[in-house]
Amino acid sequence: MIELMFLIIFEFFKTGLFAVGGGLATIPFLAEMGEKYGWFTMETLSTMIAISESTPGPMGINMATYVGYSLLGVLGSLLSTLSIVAPSIIVICIIANYFEKFKNAKIVKEIFNGLKPAVIAFIIAACLDLFLKTLFNLEMPFGLLTTFDFKCIMTMIILLIISRKYNKIHPIFFIVIAAAIGVVFRF
Amino acid sequence: MKLLWQLYKTWFSLGLFTFGGGYAMLPMIQREIIEKHHWATEEEVMDYYAIGQCTPGIIAVNTATFIGYYQKGIIGGIVATLGVISPSIIIITIIASVLTNFMEYEWVAHALKGINVAVCMLMINAISNLWQKNIKNIASFLIFIIALLLSLFTGVSTVWLVILSGILGVIFSKTGWIKS
Repeated sequence: MIELMFLIIFEFFKTGLFAVGGGLATIPFLAEMGEKYGWFTMETLSTMIAISESTPGPMGINMATYVGYSLLGVLGSLLSTLSIVAPSIIVICIIANYFEKFKNAKIVKEIFNGLKPAVIAFIIAACLDLFLKTLFNLEMPFGLLTTFDFKCIMTMIILLIISRKYNKIHPIFFIVIAAAIGVVFRF
Repeated sequence: MKLLWQLYKTWFSLGLFTFGGGYAMLPMIQREIIEKHHWATEEEVMDYYAIGQCTPGIIAVNTATFIGYYQKGIIGGIVATLGVISPSIIIITIIASVLTNFMEYEWVAHALKGINVAVCMLMINAISNLWQKNIKNIASFLIFIIALLLSLFTGVSTVWLVILSGILGVIFSKTGWIKS
């Protein structure tokens, strides 16, 4: 068991250190763990990914917690999650320290002038899948009535109008209300 | 001590109400971190996202560490990160131990779909908000389009896209097409 504990720490620390680009970038590392140690099959991994996507919490953390739990219960999930975030904490604290010193330099400002529009593009690219999955029925044969998920589109437009009109309403409120609407109207 | 508890509590709630990846956290960050606690400006959060994109680790964790670090040094970074990961540990442990088949309940699937509708709406608001503040000229729009097309239609790593858009940012600033 001690050996497994060290393996979990080592593998997840490695993932945290080398997976660049967010939670999705950790998937190949998880798949490799499954293959190398026979910890889980690809099928189990895809179930874990699906559940991680639809439960609260950042997906990358959820996946690490889930894999850790499947290996060694609560202890495993603590080890895997803490190990995957440890490199981030170290790296970001170092960068944050330097960033504070250089962020007012002209060249750094110029670089970030270019990064801001790119970040908006990354955010849209990351959400596109969610938009397509939620508002359209892509598996159905194409047709005006089958391809668009009118219930979801209408609900979204109504919520959008409400949020624009009353911009004090907290995001949590919309999430809870929308969950209730989803259950009542069988989305 | 009070600040640390605030950091933990706030990032806990962010973790609890994020569905999807780190970017889906943006509406909650705007409300809690930027408007309520004033721990960062919108500009700074964009900077952290950009840095988080080309440094190792999960974006949500990188952002939490950044904001925690600037409030209370290394300990602040650690506490914010522990806050954002705590809900995941609790919820996933419960799901993995007793509710592995929770997705098979019909009402859960409906609720999740409903939540996704809300997340779409919140993201549209968050994106349009960022758009108005950051895409103010042709040069920014050009960088946006290049980054969007490359990330949607090619397998180019976002690290390269960050480097490319940084270079374009310098060029466009020097030529005066983007004013800072």
